[in-house]
Amino acid sequence: MGALFTGLHKDRGLQVILGLLFGIMFGFLLQKSGVTSYDVIIAQLLLTNFTVMKVMLSAVIVGMIGLALLKHFGYAQPHPASGTIGSNVIGGLIFGFGFALLGYCPGTVAGAVGTGAIDALIGGVVGILAGIIIFVRVYPKIRGGILMKGPLPAVTVQEFLRLNMWLTIVIMEVVMIGFLLLLEYIGY
Amino acid sequence: MWNEVVLILELLTQATWSPYIAGAGIGILVCLAFLLSNRPIGCSSGYVKAGGLIEKSISPAHAGRQEYYREIVPEVDWAFMLIPGIVIGAFIASMLSGQFQFIIVPATWSATFGNTPVLRIIVAILGGVLLGFGARWAGGCTAGHGISGSIQLSLASMISAACFFAGGIAMAMFLFRVIGGA
Repeated sequence: MGALFTGLHKDRGLQVILGLLFGIMFGFLLQKSGVTSYDVIIAQLLLTNFTVMKVMLSAVIVGMIGLALLKHFGYAQPHPASGTIGSNVIGGLIFGFGFALLGYCPGTVAGAVGTGAIDALIGGVVGILAGIIIFVRVYPKIRGGILMKGPLPAVTVQEFLRLNMWLTIVIMEVVMIGFLLLLEYIGY
Repeated sequence: MWNEVVLILELLTQATWSPYIAGAGIGILVCLAFLLSNRPIGCSSGYVKAGGLIEKSISPAHAGRQEYYREIVPEVDWAFMLIPGIVIGAFIASMLSGQFQFIIVPATWSATFGNTPVLRIIVAILGGVLLGFGARWAGGCTAGHGISGSIQLSLASMISAACFFAGGIAMAMFLFRVIGGA
């Protein structure tokens, strides 16, 4: 990996500025895509408008190839984490219930605040901080228990399918692009 | 030259971009974050840091005893700065297209549950609590698991993302179709 980048990764001051810049670009793109709107997110969860899935799948379609190429040429290193049913499925469902009640997720709620949504600020941001402060208290009781229950059989999809990484990527890309084409075809 | 400037201005002031174009941009942004910062774009850890900093300012000793704050250290760093960055970026984008508007009760909500701010805010706080709690339980959010984790071909992230939507669709249907009767 280029020495330029490893040096950059360790520069804490520059990384603080980079975090802000990445946030600005991310927030800009979220607003332009429409997903900082409560109405757009709820319409996705009611399955009447698929903007959220279109944005997410387009990001994954492009990013999956981009990151694999960066890795191939030695410029970046993915670090996928292992998971469990107890953590990812149960936590995911709790998150999902909150997602529908609030109508924003942790990223889009910040974007919504930037567009003037008061419910995102005094409801969403305050609620998320409270939920985290509660989780911090609960964490010591569940970290060795339910969070460890049911380890997933593999860390990555290619390990799970026992396939070469590039072949896995080709399959995933075909499935994701096919899903988006199908959505357009049936009129979403 | 002038034509290019006009074209860029038109693009920046457009109300919305194609979700495919904006999404592709987010995909490129995640790759850049791996290249320049060696990390995924995820939002929920920034809130842990913010929550920890608030707790520290109130009671340093109490916050210091929390095991979770030793794993995710409350400090102003990349993950923390991402959140104010998103607020600023979305603010700029909405100002450029003239979409910035103070609202308390969104249109979809008021069409079913009326425009009483108190009810909307109570449900939003409840949703936020579950969202923050669930995000840390699952180890990530829609961006961290759904986008950045999937880009890394993480099985745990894809399963998490599927559960975000399964739980979200079930609760939205219950809220609007069963309770709301819409």
